[in-house]
Parts: sequence; structure tokens; C-alpha cells
Amino acid sequence: MLLIKCPFCGPRPELEFSYGGQAHIARPKDPASLDDESWAEYLYIRSNPKGLHAERWRHIHGCARFFNVQRNTASDAIVATYKIGEEPPKPVDPGLEEWSSRSGAAL
Amino acid sequence: MRYRLPAGGRIDRSKPLSFHFDGKKYSGFAGDTLASALIANGAHLVGRSFKYHRPRGIMSAGADEPNALVGVGSEEARYTPNLRATQIELYNGLVAESQNRWPSLSLDFSGANDLFSRFLPAGFYYKTFMWPASAWKKLYEPMIRRAAGLGRAPEAADADRYTQVYGHCDVLVVGAGPAGLAAALAAARSGVKVFVCDEQDQMGGSLLSEREATIDGQGAADWLAQTIRELKSRTNVVLLRRTTAFGWYPHNFLGLCERVTDHLGLAITKQPRERMWQVRAREVVLATGAIERPLVFPDNDRPGIMMAEAARTYLNRYGVLPGSRAVVFTACDSAYRAALELKSAGVEIAAIADVRSAPNGRWMERARAAGIDVRPSTVIAGTYGRLRISHADLARISGGTMGHPETFACDLLLMSAGFTPSVHLFSQSRGKLVYDEDLKAYLPGTSVERERSVGACRGVFDLGASLADGFAGGLSAAKALGGTAAAEHKFSVFAQSLGRDGFIGAPPSGGKSRRTRAWVDFQNDVTAKDIELATREGFRSIEHVKRYTTTGMATDQGKTSNMNALGIVSQTLALPASQVGLTTFRPPYTPTTFGAFAGQSRGELFDPVRKTSIHEWARENGAVFEDVSLWKRAHYFPRPGEDMHAAVRRECKATRESVGIFDATTLGKIEVVGKDAAEFMNRMYTNAWTKLEPGRLRYGVMLREDGFVMDDGVVGRMSPDRFHVTTTTGGAARVLALMEDYLQTEWSDLDVWLTSTTEQWAVIAVQGPNARKVLEPLVHGIDISQQAMPHMSVQEGHICGVPTRLFRVSFTGELGFEVNVPMGYGRGVWEAIYAAGREFGITPYGTETMHVLRAEKGYIIVGQETDGTVTPDDVGLAWAIGKAKKDFVGKRSLARPAMSRSDRKQLVGLLTVDPNIVLEEGAQVVADPSEPVPMTMIGHVTSSYWSVALDRSIALALVQGGRARIGSRLSVPIPSGPVTVEVVQPIFYDPEGKRLDG
Amino acid sequence: MVEATIVRVNSLAAVSRDSASSPQVSLAVLPDAAKLVFRGRPSSIGAAGEAFGVELPQTANRFREAAGRKAYWLGPDEWLLEAIGVDSSELFSTMSEKLASHSCSLVDVSHRSDSMAIRGPMSEYVLNHGCPLDLSERAFPVGMCTRTILGKSPIVLSRTEQEVFHLDVWRSFSPYVWSFLDEARQEFLHDQSARSPT
Ligand SMILES: [Zn+2]
Repeated sequence: MLLIKCPFCGPRPELEFSYGGQAHIARPKDPASLDDESWAEYLYIRSNPKGLHAERWRHIHGCARFFNVQRNTASDAIVATYKIGEEPPKPVDPGLEEWSSRSGAAL
Repeated sequence: MRYRLPAGGRIDRSKPLSFHFDGKKYSGFAGDTLASALIANGAHLVGRSFKYHRPRGIMSAGADEPNALVGVGSEEARYTPNLRATQIELYNGLVAESQNRWPSLSLDFSGANDLFSRFLPAGFYYKTFMWPASAWKKLYEPMIRRAAGLGRAPEAADADRYTQVYGHCDVLVVGAGPAGLAAALAAARSGVKVFVCDEQDQMGGSLLSEREATIDGQGAADWLAQTIRELKSRTNVVLLRRTTAFGWYPHNFLGLCERVTDHLGLAITKQPRERMWQVRAREVVLATGAIERPLVFPDNDRPGIMMAEAARTYLNRYGVLPGSRAVVFTACDSAYRAALELKSAGVEIAAIADVRSAPNGRWMERARAAGIDVRPSTVIAGTYGRLRISHADLARISGGTMGHPETFACDLLLMSAGFTPSVHLFSQSRGKLVYDEDLKAYLPGTSVERERSVGACRGVFDLGASLADGFAGGLSAAKALGGTAAAEHKFSVFAQSLGRDGFIGAPPSGGKSRRTRAWVDFQNDVTAKDIELATREGFRSIEHVKRYTTTGMATDQGKTSNMNALGIVSQTLALPASQVGLTTFRPPYTPTTFGAFAGQSRGELFDPVRKTSIHEWARENGAVFEDVSLWKRAHYFPRPGEDMHAAVRRECKATRESVGIFDATTLGKIEVVGKDAAEFMNRMYTNAWTKLEPGRLRYGVMLREDGFVMDDGVVGRMSPDRFHVTTTTGGAARVLALMEDYLQTEWSDLDVWLTSTTEQWAVIAVQGPNARKVLEPLVHGIDISQQAMPHMSVQEGHICGVPTRLFRVSFTGELGFEVNVPMGYGRGVWEAIYAAGREFGITPYGTETMHVLRAEKGYIIVGQETDGTVTPDDVGLAWAIGKAKKDFVGKRSLARPAMSRSDRKQLVGLLTVDPNIVLEEGAQVVADPSEPVPMTMIGHVTSSYWSVALDRSIALALVQGGRARIGSRLSVPIPSGPVTVEVVQPIFYDPEGKRLDG
Repeated sequence: MVEATIVRVNSLAAVSRDSASSPQVSLAVLPDAAKLVFRGRPSSIGAAGEAFGVELPQTANRFREAAGRKAYWLGPDEWLLEAIGVDSSELFSTMSEKLASHSCSLVDVSHRSDSMAIRGPMSEYVLNHGCPLDLSERAFPVGMCTRTILGKSPIVLSRTEQEVFHLDVWRSFSPYVWSFLDEARQEFLHDQSARSPT
């Protein structure tokens, strides 16, 4: 069970969270102006990387806030968590990432 | 107990115990395991092998035991199969039985499998049981299952209590052998919160069988006792005996299974039988030790053939002699120690066959000095004895050829190929393993989690080094937590080094391996030949060899076999072992019971059972309930002698003709409040909300962003900035989550907030022409006349003296109200309405009647008429779309060409030409029933009922281009033949809606 | 008009009847209370505290108490306000009036949940049978509150004293939560000397 650091409540067990899909996909301001292809892109196309992934989680059984997480999908290491609207931290270099997960970014 | 020594060991001779094995009575002592007690009685034969039904004995003294699997329990409800006799603590009255034998252990008819073994090679399942396919179910599978199997599952429900508990600690030490105890001491003295778990009934690991070593000037046993005392005395330490760390899950989360009362036999307290710990540890120290490897030689599986360290354990820990005359076969020094200790206890050592060409060092010298016949470059060429080993052939290997064998009589054969570090948990944590050529073992390499391995599990075998390694690991864990670590401690240890020699694979056999069988995986009956065959047949990857031969796939997950299998693949493919790779370790480390995994989640506590405040009234009045998500809802209210159909007919009739009462409490409810509430509603729902006056209701439709119907419900505008939103019962949480999602992540500029009020309001639907008459005398401060309170309006006031939000709304097509009252008053108000309705014959109805009444009116149910691929227009809800709105969730998707195609499935009514046939919901609709199967399916029935009002069957269906087909005939094939149906408008009753006003 | 006396029924009434008490860990139903959920913009928080009579805590996961009223932080814009012995409609009206000019939401949820207490030295351990949080005083001190889960139910958990926790549970989940805790404490009911392994 992952230990996820809620930006409001601190580290909490995964059981309290719900997963919210890929992060940083903003709803178009004027959907009507998009052609079908761009709209489909927004609706359906998601990345599926092996490695660092920016994703949304919601502390549903806690403060109920949505927030963003950078997680390595291969190791489950959580590199950063940050509030909605905040800039994602700079991509971490792979060596550093391993170090930071060991040093307990989530703990 | 013929083989029990008069003194020594950790058993309590003042506490004799009796037990039964296969119906025969034996005795043992407190402190024994089932295995040690059987051996004390001279019983080595304990099971039959999985595939060939070969007689098998006790091979080890711990969790790695592949052979001695037994079923324990005298009552069916407490019976547990497949337990390792080496781990079962003896208690008075224990009843155990051997498995996989018929009719008895010593006379097993399936032993014939062994005679035909050359017809059962690796992959025989795949090769033999190929055709015909139909034979699998009837013939092959039952036959294989009966012949090749483990224990039987108990047939009675488990009578015991199991619990689960979450634990949190700073340092979790897994394993309480010397390294683990040293780590625990270091962490405990540093003042951090420490959990120590060990799978055995006593902590100490190898120290429990230690004879001559001393630590800090004390004998090992005294040091152990003192260390446990110190740990126990510290309030920051939790010691968990009989607790197996079976799994490592992400972020330092470990599963531990504590066997709390198993060793007591009977549950004499309210303590659970097993307790599942789910521990989050900030730091972990793995001190999981090492497992001795068997040697792979012909007929190495007879009862009486045992691991050398296991023999030491039986001798030193249990005071039991595992035999009287032993041959030893080894590739390392530790077996010499075992030979010497057994000899001093009176066991005759016939010879030591050492596969090494030039064994040397202190242990060999001591063995020679003790007069033991030590033979270098010597292997076991074969063994004899049906139910117990009687002889062994020793042969010298020189220049790749085997000399003439010499036969030794023996009743015990000890083997040791060295030690395999237990890297299971490390590997589960996704740490990278590295191969150590010198040790012929995989060792922990780079850690991925906050963890360190200490002692034998990382190849540090000597006692002094192991203690030092453990202590350093404990200090490093404490330091990693940011605190001040305890002072260093230098252990002063006297113990003879055991060296690091070892062997993997099959020792040289003079080219005879093709004709003899040497077991690699004892539990799954895999021989060296099977693995060689797999490589000859082209399997290269160790993962494929594993699956083809099944080596390492038994319940022991190859604890004793994986490295030898790897060695044989390496030998046959002439590849370095490091390039062969290792199969993946997965939880659980040892088999773990379903009871422990289920914990308290069984029976009444399996899931929360959600009940409304009116539930008890319904129960007392004979309601039959149905599950709707976690809710219990009254399905119908049968009177004596009525079945569901009769009850539903009566309930429908009463509601249409006079008045019915229905508990609608489970509907989801959300209070949407703020000055931008209407704007938010405009964006979330297809409807236009701006012009809805306070005091009015509107039916709302919610789409997903992909344009398909997600939920619906009636929404009341309580004031300009406050909406009372209702959702479907199952959709409540989903709708609130979607709303919060948009609000938090897209439209945080809106001044609007959401609060779930599902459980704040009990909802009592009063429906039927007499509904107003029933409610009128009960309400206070509300004018519910037709003029003051038209259809689709809401008023706040009081009913029966409690506050209410009274909705004038109908899901039946009749004049109707939904009375919302604070939940705790639900039953009281229900009873008051029921009493007031008596004179009108008020009839409680359940969800089935509700469904019939709404279907007669063609009102959809989300999830029944919709399935996630249905647009509002598909189900006739185009009218609910605010055309003038620039945007709402799902609007852009509705503009896709595919969403307005004329051949989309559309909601229609179906009337069977024979009015007595009620179609099956889910049945397919076809245009031409004479088409050969598979026919072209153009739709399906979504709802189907007997309509009392129409005195015939009715159905709703989604049909391709359905609206254009109205007036035509289609077919619904059912097992008895096609049913002809007429396509009609999806509304059957009161199409003008005149009855809504009573 | 018919005046009937409608009695409020607590969802724990049946399940808590004849609950065995134990000095190690006991369960109790807490009195019905007026409960409101306040949500709003930061600018409205001060006014809400004034209107309620207890300043709303702005530290995450803390509650504040004064004169029988409690304000629980549930989220950065969400508080549960609880007042015992007060008519919720009256509290709602007075507060609504005072907050009329503010950007916020106030909703009466007095009947949405029922509350129970678990007390005694084994409380932490018993709660940990279903609650995955570290409940040691270091991690969960007196004055802390949070939404979390217990078994398969969402709850609001707060620590009012070293050995006393309160649980606020949605009505339809509360019998489950009570029964779950009651089951988990079995090992301490008949054995006064039993201690948790931790
Ligand atoms: Zn949070």
C-alpha cells in the first residue's frame, strides 16, 4: 500500500485516496472551437509511461482535495506531490529520483 | 520415544503430550514440533510425493520443508491442510493426518505412478492430455486432480476468529536469529520504536541449536536469554513470535501473519486464531537467514534423508536422534559440525562423502581426529530402502568418471550443499539481486526501499560477523531515522568458522544421470532429468523452464530447489549461473490462510449493510429486501400467501387507484450552495437552470464529458443560491466526486460549495390520486393545494412537527409527493403518514412496483435503460438539453457526427403480440428471426414487466433506428422460439400525463 | 393539523443496547448534536467562527472546542461544526443571517451522522483493526481530527483525550462501525489482564 503525501494532510495510506488519472490535462476553455480530432485527443489520449508519470490523486477519505503526484510507474517511488494549480517540479534526473525515494520523499 | 535423549534440548520433559498421526497415538513433549515428536518416535515416513506418490520423510526443520505436509485438526471446522510438520507446535490432543495417499501411507495404490514414471516426464500434462479437448473436463482433469494433489479443503465453515491490525514502527526487524537480535538491540538502545518478528515459537534462530559457541563470554543460550530479557524490558520494543513476514508491499509496508492460538489447540480465549499485521515501518532490517540446500543425487528422496542442519536442530533443540547410523554427503564444512555433534550424542557416522576434491580446515581435521571416515571427491551413487533409507552407495569421482560404488548400511543420510540466503522479502521489495560466484548464491544488491539486509540473508554466515553485521544494521536504521544512534558494541565471539563453500546443480554422476532419478524439487516431484529434458527441448529462460517442469512452483516456492535447478540449467547450457537468471519471488513467503486475509470481513461484517431509518418498519411489516449497492431496499411487501408477482400486482393497483407509500431514502442528495450555484448547475447538467424559480423542481440529466448519460435526478431550487440535487442511489458518490473534480480542478473561480446530504434526509414518496388527502392534515405552514403547489414544486415547512422539504413530484405518473424529513425522524413520520393513509387503504410498495409504475410511464432508470453508451437523445431526453447553453459537460461530444446518426440505438416500447408473454430483460431484438444463427442483433430489451394497469406485458428496448421502426414488427428470440413484438412509443400509460394532477 | 410527537431515532440505538463495558476499551453512543457543514472562501472563515462561537482551526486536521461547541477542520475549505443541546434549525438560521454577505455555504447535516466514543488504554489498538493511520500520540495527538476510514466505512476520527477517541459516522454506516469495533475488542472483554501486543 502506497504512502502518499497529501499536500494538505501529510503522508497518508493509499486506502484514503482515489486515483484521478493523468495530471495536467486542462479542459479546453471553448470546447466548441475544437475539431473532432483535438476533442478526441483531450477526451481519450493519455500517456502510459514506464517511469515518471504526473497523475492526479484525491484524498477522498481525508481533506477531499485533488492534487498532483509524480510517481515512477516502474518502482512506485513517489518523487513529488503538489497542489492543483501549482507548477510541476522540474523533472528529476533518474539517479536523483532513486535517491529521493529512498530518502523518503513520501515518508 | 525411542529416539529421545534423556536430557538436553529446549523441550519440557515435565510436560508430556499425546497426539495422533494417521490414527495412531504418539507422545511428545511441550516444545516439540510435530516433526520432532514423530522423529522421536522413529516415524520418518510422513507423506507421499505429489506426482509419483513416492514415500517421503521429514527433510528439514523449518519453513523450507518440502515433504512433510500434513492436515491438522480433529474437527472439520478447524481443519487446516498442507501444514509443514516442521512448523506445527505440538499440543495435547493434536490430530494430524498425512495427505495424498490412498488407502494408507505405507500402502498407496497410486505409487504405481512411480513405476510408470518414464511416461510422466516434464511437461507431460501438455504432451499427454491434448486430445480430445472434451476429455479434459470429464476425464483428464479429475484424474490428475485426484492423483496429483495436496491436502483437501475443509468442508465446514471456519469456526475460528481471525483479525487484522495495522501497525506502525520506526524499525521492523524481520527474523530474530543472531543478526536480527543484534539489529534489534542496536535499534532498541537508540530509543526508536522497534517491532521484531520471527516465524518460530521461540526467538533465536540458529542460536536455539547452538552448542559450543560463546558470545561476550556467555554460552549462546545464556546470551540469547539475556538479550530477549533486555528487549522485553524496553517499552519501545514489540516482540512478535510465531509471526511470519510473508509479503513486502510498496513503501515499506509488510504483511505479517501471527499465529496466536494455533499452538494451544483449542481457542480457549477470545484471542484470534491468527492475526494479520499490516505494518508500515519507516526502516526495515531484514535478518531472514539462509536455507540449507539439498544435494541432487540418485534417489535422494527416501525417508531418512535429511538436511545436515536439520539433524543438528533435532538433536540440539529437541533432544532427538534422527537415526542411529548416518552417512553424510556434503559440499561444505557445516555438515562436519553436524556429524561431530551427532557422533558425540551416540549416532554412528558411517562415512562423510565430500564432493570437494580437497576439503581441508579445522572441521575436517576434527572429524578425522574423531575417527570419522572422510572421503573427498566422493558422491552418493544411489540409495536403497522402501519406506526408509537402508543403504547408500558411495563412489569416488576422478577425471569425470565414477569409481566402483561401495555400499554402506545406514538409517539416516545427511546432506548439505551449502546455504542459500533467504532474499525473498528483499526481492519482493524490488531490490536488485547480484550473483556471488564464490558463494554460488544470489545476494541483496541495490535496495529500492528503506531497508537493509543483515547476516546470513546477505551471505554473512559466521556467528561473530553476523552479530556485528546485525548490530551495524540496527544502528544504520536508527541513524536513517534522524535520531541519535546507540553506542557501538563489539561482540566477542568464539565460534569455529564454517567457511563459504557450496555447490549448486547436480554433482558429477559419471554420466549415469539419464538412467537414475535425482530430485531437485521434492514437493513438485521434479528431477534433474526433467530439467535437462526441458533445456534439450529448447527452453532457455529460467522462467520458462520453471513453468514447463513446474520446478519451484509448489507451495514452498522452491526454497530448497531453485538454486539447484538454476545450477542444472547452467550446467546443461554451459552458461554461467549469473546469466541464467533467477525466477521472481512473490508473496506469500509461506502459505497464508484465507482466514487471515479475510480478517473481520466475514459474515455480518463482510460489508457495511446500509439501512434507511425506515428499514426496521419495513422488516417488521414483512418486506423482502434487495441489495442496491450497499443499501438494503424493500423489494416488495408480500402478504401471507403472496408471491412477488401477486404482491407487486396488488401494490401497483393500490397506488394507481388510491395511494401508495414508498421509501426513497437511498437516493443520493447533494446540497449545492453559493452565488454561482446556478452557473455551476448549468455547466454540470444538460438542462438550463438560470430561469428555474426558487420553489420549483426540474428533472436534470448529467453526462460524462464523452457525451453519454451518467446520472439523472430531480433538482429543487430552494433559494437563488441553493439547490437540492438528487442522484440515483448507486450514483451518489460518483456524481459528487465528478462535481468536486470540476470545481476543484477546472472552475475554482466559482463561488459554490457541495455538501453530501444523502443521509441527512429520509425520503417518503406518497403517490396516487389520494396522496394529497393523506398529507394535507399532517403538514404545517405549507399549502399543498393544486394551485399553491403544482407538479414539480417544492416547499419548506413542517410535517408532524418536524421540518420538511416537501417535493411535489412523481415517478409513478400519479399525483405524488416526496416528503424529505431529517433522517432520525424518518420512521416516525412514515408511521404518521401510514396511519393517516389507513382510511384510503395506503399501501407500502417496494422497488419492484416502483419499477413497474415508472416503466408504464416510460421513465428511464439510469443503468437499466442506459449503459454508458447512450446519449440523451437515444433515450428520448433531447428535450432536457439546454440548446441555448454555450457549454456543459458532454456538450462538445454530442456534436460528434456519430452521436446523431439515425441508426443509433433508440429507446422504444415493445408490445408482444401475445400479451401474456413477459420478455426477459437483456434479450436480443432481431429484424429477421429466420436468419441463421448468429442473427443480426439490432437491439436489446432493457426493462420488461407485467403491467397491471394495462393487463398485459410491456417492455422497453434500445433498438437501432428504433423511432423510425415504430409501428413495425420485430422479433425477440428466446429458447422456445422467436416472440413477435410490435414497436411502439416508449410510454404505455396516460400518455397525456393527466393523472399527475390527481 | 395533526400534531404527532416524532421521536428522533439514533442509528446506534439497537446495536449499542447491552454493550459490555470494559476498563480496557469501552464504546459509548454520544448525544445527538446540531451539526453544520461550513464551506467557504478564506475571507469568510473568520466570520463563520464568530457566528458559531468557536474560531475555526486553520491548521490541517485539528479541532477546536469552546463551551460545548466544536469546530473540526475537514479540509482547507470545509469544517464540521458541532453543538450539543442546540436546535439545529435555530443555529442554522442565526449563522446564515450573520454570513449572508459572505461567499460561503452552510448546510444542516445534524441527521447525517451519529457519533460514538471509544475509550480506554486499548482504544488505539482496537481502532487500528480497521483504521490504517498511526494513532500513537506522536502521530495523532489530542486535538487532532481527520476524515479517514475504518474497515470499509468512511469516518471522522478525533482524539479528545489521551485514551478517548470520537467517531462521527454517516448514519447507515454507523452500526457497521460499532459492530466492527465491538468485534475487534473481544479479546479484552473477558480477560482483564489482556494487553495489546503493541
Ligand atoms: Zn489531505
